[in-house]
Amino acid sequence: MDAELKELYQQVILDHNKNPRNFRKIENANHFAEGYNPLCGDRLNIYVELEGGRIKDISFQGSGCAISKASASLMSSIVKGLPVEEAERLFEKFQAVITGKINDEENIEQLGKLAVFAGVKEFPSRVKCASLAWHTMIAAFKQEDKSVSTE
Amino acid sequence: MATEIINNNKRKSTGFDVNKIRADFPILKEIIHGKPLCYLDNAATTQKPQAVIDTIVKYYTSQNANIHRGVHYLSELATKEFEDARIKVKDFINASSEKEIIFTRGTTESINLIANVFNKAILKDGDEIIISAMEHHSNIVPWQLIQDQKKIKLRIIPIDDNGEIIFDEFIKLINDKTKLISIVYVSNSLGTINPVERIIEEAHRHNIPVLLDAAQAIQHIKIDVQKLDCDFLAFSGHKIYGPTGIGVLYGKEKLLESLPPFQGGGDMISKVTFEKTTYNELPYKFEAGTSNIADTIGLGTAIDYVSQIGLEKISLHENEILDYATESLLQIPELSIIGQAKHKSSVISFVFDNIHPHDAGTFLDFEGIAIRTGHHCTQPVMDRFNIPATSRASFAMYNTKEEVDVLVKGIKKLIEVFN
Repeated sequence: MDAELKELYQQVILDHNKNPRNFRKIENANHFAEGYNPLCGDRLNIYVELEGGRIKDISFQGSGCAISKASASLMSSIVKGLPVEEAERLFEKFQAVITGKINDEENIEQLGKLAVFAGVKEFPSRVKCASLAWHTMIAAFKQEDKSVSTE
Repeated sequence: MATEIINNNKRKSTGFDVNKIRADFPILKEIIHGKPLCYLDNAATTQKPQAVIDTIVKYYTSQNANIHRGVHYLSELATKEFEDARIKVKDFINASSEKEIIFTRGTTESINLIANVFNKAILKDGDEIIISAMEHHSNIVPWQLIQDQKKIKLRIIPIDDNGEIIFDEFIKLINDKTKLISIVYVSNSLGTINPVERIIEEAHRHNIPVLLDAAQAIQHIKIDVQKLDCDFLAFSGHKIYGPTGIGVLYGKEKLLESLPPFQGGGDMISKVTFEKTTYNELPYKFEAGTSNIADTIGLGTAIDYVSQIGLEKISLHENEILDYATESLLQIPELSIIGQAKHKSSVISFVFDNIHPHDAGTFLDFEGIAIRTGHHCTQPVMDRFNIPATSRASFAMYNTKEEVDVLVKGIKKLIEVFN
């Protein structure tokens, strides 16, 4: 594979695409939102169980490209157990990295496992794939019980 | 192997030399991500031969002026070049008069024009328009816009699992409220060639006019509007090796005469006072404002280029490529072809068991392969087949079997990485 392409489709992303974590429905979820990317027709449901301002459990279902699926999978693994505010802060940083607004090693490293998405910034048409799960999760926090669009 | 294929191409297609044609398209020499460009996105837009590029450069370099009312040399020259392009279009589709050729921005504007003037002059509450389930959004939304003002009904001809319209269902949709049948000639997402002759015949039995969206047909199928007897026909210049931003609406003279103007402005009038304006004669009645002169002349050159090679020879070659590609792609077990109509034009849509079209598109791009991924502006088709999107390879006269091999090799690599 080409080096730039390898940056986009890192092994971690390919792995999460094949074996997505938290790919299920939470029956007793108290927050839910549906994400939609009109560009590719992808739909993503995010289920959240909040308890005392913390994310007790989070899961997702839907169809999407490798980037959006891996992003939902990694996001759910990482934010589980975090306070809502911290997940929101993480999203801001994540968004800044994938759009290329933050480009320094230190900041990217702070993202931990999420740093694998840094390669997305070279593919402007795919930024929305990486951010769909996050937008949908934020919407779910606010209990906006409706469809979220990336447009 | 490579020379063998090239020789084959030369021998089979009687004088059709694909390498000679490729040499006319400078962009085909581009290197993309370190690989030779393999351009298979022709249903989105075709590349332009040097002759078309030269025409536009020449126009702006030595012919540019506004047309029709100027008395100076350049204006007369530009007017002649512009009107010559209209004659070329007329001859190309065998219209009976230049009056029947209206220049628009493209297929979309042509359809919007008809929707707009039908709304003004013909449609009443309760009227119905028939379209098909495989229409491009540009033949759905203009009719829905009318629905904001009037209670008109859109009736949809259903399609079967192969992507063919169900003709018996079409017949059932016709009634005395039907005011127009507006249908795509060749589907941009499925490749289906619709039985437009039969549709027109059936429509005319009930005195209903037919609008053909020929955006994906004009570059592949020889169209004779008099023989077809369609009432309106819309197409875009950029799909037939011409520039973007220029398109055509053909309409039968009598019908166009009876319809009111689309937009108001210069060029479309014969006399203006503050009390009353009389409209210009056809086709100018429908061409308000300064036209896209350079690209119209460019379209004329594109039509010359296609005519010189011959649309019959072109479609013979393209069908050979389509058959070869279909055969090759069917060998890949992880892939299914969406749209398996008996009569198809050079479009193949496909999906993978476990790979999203957008991943395929990005991955193949790095092999130098340009294909389209997404819903192709036909979301109802995607819903019909219960898929979010497809990958689509579409062929033009300059594509080769070797390029199909490059695509197949790229797809095999893709499957290896993603499965």
